[in-house]
Amino acid sequence: MKIYGVALLALCFLTGKVLGNLLGKLIGINSDVGGVGFAMLLLIVANAFMKKKGWMETATTNGILFWSSMYIPIIVAMAATLNVKAAVSGGLVALVVGVIVTLVAFYLVPLIAKIGQKEPLNSPEK
Amino acid sequence: MIEIFEKIIGKNGLVFAFLFVGFIMLLSFWLSKYITNKRIPGVAIAVIIGLSLAFLGDEKGISDITIFSGMALLGGSMLRDFAVVATAMGADINKIKSAGLAGAVSLFVGVFFSFFLGVLIAYFMGYTDAESIATIGAGACTYIVGPVTGTALGVSSDIIAISVATGVVKTIVATIGTPLIAKSIGLNNPHSAVVFGGLIGTTSGVTAGLAATDPKLVPYGALTATFYTGLGCLLCPSLFYFILKLIF
Repeated sequence: MKIYGVALLALCFLTGKVLGNLLGKLIGINSDVGGVGFAMLLLIVANAFMKKKGWMETATTNGILFWSSMYIPIIVAMAATLNVKAAVSGGLVALVVGVIVTLVAFYLVPLIAKIGQKEPLNSPEK
Repeated sequence: MIEIFEKIIGKNGLVFAFLFVGFIMLLSFWLSKYITNKRIPGVAIAVIIGLSLAFLGDEKGISDITIFSGMALLGGSMLRDFAVVATAMGADINKIKSAGLAGAVSLFVGVFFSFFLGVLIAYFMGYTDAESIATIGAGACTYIVGPVTGTALGVSSDIIAISVATGVVKTIVATIGTPLIAKSIGLNNPHSAVVFGGLIGTTSGVTAGLAATDPKLVPYGALTATFYTGLGCLLCPSLFYFILKLIF
């Protein structure tokens, strides 16, 4: 049943959020640190485990894939609810800092990606 | 008649949001196909339409208008995070493993670099006290790190507003800029998407930008970006502020 997939997703989501908040508490800031990241890793592991056991039925997977496919519409809704007026009225400083920092960060991507890509070359056996 | 209409939508805000966003998607993909000949992805057009609609409202964008209040729920952090986690189904664990180190490096570089570049620009634009420039620098990380740092350092609310605005500008630039710039920075594989997420860090900007570039890359970017805000909240008001204090 599809709800099994949705429930599994909810379980991973909530567990990840708990882990993220615990990590936040541990390092002394009262917020979620990487909760979504933990949840994603949990879901990947759970999916692999359940597939191996043969528990992952197509309907179950589809329950998760539905939410995965809702992602883009949700992003569009999110874009429509951003405080864009503040971004524009925040003054020149906000505009200049925001634009320059993001643009320069874009161009750091190939630089850092290069450092990492040596990894699989040095240790090709997995 | 209009009263009944408003009442129904008021009570079923989320359902109306489904209809409304569905219509935006339909329009965007139609425009992409027939007007731009698929040169601009439909998702990118949809996000830009979304951003333009946000101008109709104030703090919460279009959801400030009563009949669109359901958009706040659909586009809120709960459903957004839920859907982002679901995208992990399409991620390859081996690719994440091999990009792990680069991802971690990119997170630290991303936060460090955004903060200090932001600080530098704020300084040259006339802000001189360490607290204010630290807050603006933190805003250059994400629009959450900014106010968290500003509150911790006790700056005035107008500086906090600037830091939030800086973060939102970053989100918007990442959203619109990513699909345009992806080719020239080699952003076409999971490995660089992981690095991209760590460097840009604003979860909404990273995921929206990647979605508009290639939806397959979303989970990889989201995975690192989700650690960014936490790392920023940790480093900006403490270590980084401390470094600034030594200089100013």
